[in-house]
Amino acid sequence: MTTRQFGQPIKRKEDPRLVTGGGRFLDDLGHTAYAAAFVRSPHAHARILDIDVTGALDVPGLIGIWTHEDLPGKVGEPLPLLIPHPSLTAPVTGYCLAPDEVNHVGEAVVMVVAVDRYAAEDACGLVRVDYDVLPPVVGLENARAATDLVHDSAPGNVAAHLVQEVGDVDIAMAAAPNRLTLDLQIERSMCSPMEGKGVYAVWDADDEHLRLWSSTQTTTGVRAAVAAKLDLPLAKVDCIAPDVGGGFGVKIVHPWPEEVLVPWTARLLGHDVKWTEDRREHFVSSAHERGQLQQVEVGFDDDGHVLALDVRLWHDNGAYTPYGIIVPIITSTQLLGPYKPGSYRCEFWSLYTNTVLVTPYRGAGRPQGVYAMERTMDAIAAELGLDRAEVRSRNFILPEEMPYDHGLLFQDGRPLKYDSGDFPASLAKLKALVGWDEFAAYKEQAASEGRRVGLGIGCYVEGTGVGPYEGGHIVIETSGRVNVATGLTTQGQGHQTVFAQIVADELGVPIENVFVTTGDTRRMGYAVGTFASRAAVMSGNAIALAARQVKAKALRIAAEALEVSPEDLEIVGGMVRVKGAPGTSMALGTVAVMSNPLRYAFDEAARAATQFAGGNDPDKPPVAAGEEPGLEGKDFYSPTQATFANGMHAAIVETDPVTAEIRILRYCVVHDCGPMINPMIVEGQVHGGVAQGVGGALYERMVYDESGQLLNASFMDFLMPYASEVPFIETDHLETPSPLNPLGIKGAGEAGCIPVSAVIASAIEDAEGFPIRSMPISPTELWELRQRHTEPVAAQGEPS
Amino acid sequence: MTGPDVPEPLHEVTVSVNGVRHTATVPARRLLSDFLRHDLALTGTHVGCEHGVCGACTILVDGAPMRSCLMFAVQARAHELTTVEGLGTIDAMGPVQQAFSECHGLQCGFCTPGFITTITAYLEENPDPTAEEARDAISGNLCRCTGYQNIVKSVLRAAEIRASADLGAPPLIDADARAGEAPP
Amino acid sequence: MKPAPFVHHAPTTVAEAVEVLRAVGSHGKILAGGQSLIPILSMRLASPEHLIDINGVAGLDRIEVRDDCVRVGALVRHTQLLQDESAYAALPLLRQALVHVAHPAIRNRGTTVGSLAHADAAGELPSVLALTEGVVEAVGPRGSRDIPASAFFVGPLETALAADELAVAVRFGRFPEGTRTGFAESARRSGDYALAGVALAITLQDKVIRSARASFVSVTDVPDVLDLSGAIGSYAAVPDLDAVADAVRAHVSPDTDIHATGDYRRMLVAELTRRLVTELLSR
Repeated sequence: MTTRQFGQPIKRKEDPRLVTGGGRFLDDLGHTAYAAAFVRSPHAHARILDIDVTGALDVPGLIGIWTHEDLPGKVGEPLPLLIPHPSLTAPVTGYCLAPDEVNHVGEAVVMVVAVDRYAAEDACGLVRVDYDVLPPVVGLENARAATDLVHDSAPGNVAAHLVQEVGDVDIAMAAAPNRLTLDLQIERSMCSPMEGKGVYAVWDADDEHLRLWSSTQTTTGVRAAVAAKLDLPLAKVDCIAPDVGGGFGVKIVHPWPEEVLVPWTARLLGHDVKWTEDRREHFVSSAHERGQLQQVEVGFDDDGHVLALDVRLWHDNGAYTPYGIIVPIITSTQLLGPYKPGSYRCEFWSLYTNTVLVTPYRGAGRPQGVYAMERTMDAIAAELGLDRAEVRSRNFILPEEMPYDHGLLFQDGRPLKYDSGDFPASLAKLKALVGWDEFAAYKEQAASEGRRVGLGIGCYVEGTGVGPYEGGHIVIETSGRVNVATGLTTQGQGHQTVFAQIVADELGVPIENVFVTTGDTRRMGYAVGTFASRAAVMSGNAIALAARQVKAKALRIAAEALEVSPEDLEIVGGMVRVKGAPGTSMALGTVAVMSNPLRYAFDEAARAATQFAGGNDPDKPPVAAGEEPGLEGKDFYSPTQATFANGMHAAIVETDPVTAEIRILRYCVVHDCGPMINPMIVEGQVHGGVAQGVGGALYERMVYDESGQLLNASFMDFLMPYASEVPFIETDHLETPSPLNPLGIKGAGEAGCIPVSAVIASAIEDAEGFPIRSMPISPTELWELRQRHTEPVAAQGEPS
Repeated sequence: MTGPDVPEPLHEVTVSVNGVRHTATVPARRLLSDFLRHDLALTGTHVGCEHGVCGACTILVDGAPMRSCLMFAVQARAHELTTVEGLGTIDAMGPVQQAFSECHGLQCGFCTPGFITTITAYLEENPDPTAEEARDAISGNLCRCTGYQNIVKSVLRAAEIRASADLGAPPLIDADARAGEAPP
Repeated sequence: MKPAPFVHHAPTTVAEAVEVLRAVGSHGKILAGGQSLIPILSMRLASPEHLIDINGVAGLDRIEVRDDCVRVGALVRHTQLLQDESAYAALPLLRQALVHVAHPAIRNRGTTVGSLAHADAAGELPSVLALTEGVVEAVGPRGSRDIPASAFFVGPLETALAADELAVAVRFGRFPEGTRTGFAESARRSGDYALAGVALAITLQDKVIRSARASFVSVTDVPDVLDLSGAIGSYAAVPDLDAVADAVRAHVSPDTDIHATGDYRRMLVAELTRRLVTELLSR
């Protein structure tokens, strides 16, 4: 009997290749390609007065140099606004090469192509650009003050302003017996995948065909964008994601300038061109996230029930808004987490600054929202002298209230309606895991030893698996090999394995026979991309549906051959057999042979399928009406709304009483993404997310000076955690199925990082006895906070 | 002298990589990482930062882990280099490679070669590390995907595989790395 | 991030190296381990026209333990010195400090003498050279000379070495019998440059403190030595930790950078010193 693959922690199919050096990442391709490099702006805000390339022209190995004025047609037009929104009233996007003004350090101004990257950088160093430096707008305070503007077309530096309100917050707030106001801040970080971006383009002049490889999270998006920019028919452009060394959001943005310019120059030069982003470029010319100022006013009753929640957010969107205002929309909606405030209003301003643009980074606005909500919950508990977990549980949406409609519009423009989750059960698991009720005694014991420890908690709900759709395509070869394609891309999530698990179960074939291709527009032209914890939900379900089609067809064909009804058949171990009579069977590969009547025989299997092989009914066409040749299926999954995963984390931290050094002693996670396809991979996603969250809570930030220079644009100074900085992570899982999709699954990719800043702030606050209102926090900052709170106070809230 | 319009002098560089002698003609400034990847087409070694911090480009030079982005190809003559390609194949994975596959020690796989070379050398000198020592041993390499927990587990598992290499590999440690790496 | 072109020189003797240095003068840079230099080249923060690669120079890879010092040649890698048992026995401070230098892969290539010639005040080894009253042996066109630590470090990233001089070895001085040493630092991440660090040597005779001296990492412009003998008091059982901390705070002049404020570092180094004193005296 075949074991069900769904739910098994099976080893990944992609690993033997990756651990032996067989990965094919972007820069592993095209050894003979010319290399691109860019002259990038050294100023945060400046007018370009003159560009002089003459000094670079004699560099050995130079192939070409281009500035904005060399760019023809759409290549020279602004990059697209990918996700418009009615409240995004002043959208501004950049250009492939800046025409007359630069708006952040790192913006591309001149493109150089040479025989290799060394020569390209030599030439870049000899291009002279004269700038008239303009006053830069750096930081949200300056953006709000709007003394200077980033773009003249965005008065007040405001890109977007949006208010959503449910209930009457003003009335509820006025009536609330208790009120608190919190001013909160959260800093920038960035995805920082180990592999930066990269593009490699091959132009086939004979066929007028462009083949493009990009280290991207969406090949269909890049393909369509490049075809549009270069005025090529879509049919003449292929885009393939090779192995991608991490994405975390930054690679969903497209087209990056280089994704247009590299294929454009490849066509122009009639020679392969490649651009491999280096680490310094990644810091200053990709994307950042997280920076927000938040003001929360909350009204609550004496039991801690939230009656009114009034939130104002100022979101730093950097220099441009190509990806719209997805991040602050998510913050403002997912802020609510597992809670049901009596009334809620969220107003945000998305503001321009002369810094690297801001687009989704794992969590995509949720870490900020959870931080605001959970700081508020702790403040309520402190104000009322109640247990922090208890206050949370009193505000929970209960399982019997599912589906729960918040009355807000989510990032996909659809109602924010939770489909599933059991928050009280999750909290109970978390309290048991971390030892919530025993902590007070531990803390007292530690204090008696001169140690300072604190316990923190954070809860979140994450909308995952947003539409519009993904597809699955399956072909079974006569050998029994099952080829599966889905259009979204993969960056380490183990899609080749989990999708194969789904197919193996649906088709009843050995997983070894299943081969999954992702992110190749030659194999699946319709797809959206990998973001928003959507890949397993979207493509997993699409592939399951496609597999069911193929299975139905296989059973139809086999039923005819075996002269039984399809309902009497099952597929086990790649054999179609009669239920209860396993002796009567045929291999799926044989069914594939029969599905495709051939004229020409070229091997043993083909010979069996030719028209003269016998057994054909002369009264019927070789391919029955309504059928297609081949054992092939294709289907799409398009949900009406997102499915909502959730989780709760707790941490115990220790702070050094003198040096304020912060150590995480324990980190506990309870996670509910519904039934897990591969628990080993889900665990891995949680671990990685928590590590990124720890980075964002204690180590990582983007340090800009007032002139807009990024002071820590290297791995020396941008403190991505090593193993020594990441705690051991203890996990437990709840598997509440989603009623929304055939597999009942919910997304897991982003979960781990979402509540970490909230949890660590909560724990440090508990250890120190004074409020933590700004994250991340370093020892030096904690030490300074201590100077300001020389008398530790028990109450953590701030008076209203 | 070199200048903007004078081609650079080239050096014939012969190195031994994974026991095979390779020769290429390159300028003095060719980083060893680029030499391996682009001149010799051994792309298993990855480049993550080019300033020596991330460890993705770590190779073994005479058995000792070093950053290949912090050496020039011309300096690699007379040394025996080992890259991830030299530590096993799909059909015959080395113990560390096997452990990574068993323990989900990788996700995107980009940083993985640098970890595998580092851990291989580490286990040569420390064949039976504790979980804490294993964590310390990998603390010079950055990974953005895994959170390191399963890499720690892979180090411990690789030590087991090495120890029992003559006896056939034991079954996968089923407990979480928790068995060896308990929270304080 | 690729280096600009340079001419690669590969001398095999000190004399050849010095001859190249003489010829290229300030257009040249010595390449030993390269673990600090090559990132600077790749970022094109420096583009020397000539690199004098001394890795092929014979005789520079030796560690010698002498009665009064440990002599370390210019090609001795950190790892080699760290693992050398006779060096450890003679001067434990070397290993105590070297374990804090970056990560093993860097230590396997980087050289101890190179770190000193780089003279980064955030490096561990300059403080060790200072505390051991070590000497740098330099060879140049005008001959050889010994440069004592007190004269070697001129400023941040600046030494008394002339542009045409090669540091061929350093001699770390050994401490008198009865000396306990230790090294402590605090970095944001393991292996990072320390926010603050301290090297400490306390000489005891029958539970009486004869001398206590410290040098520091990241909190002074150049690594000089602070004599704590007065502050610490005489009796090992009851060191005056407050006076030690006060003396340290008064001595250091840390800057504020993106990782910590100067005030924080001042507090931190005083506390590190206090804890290290306690640890050494309780051994």
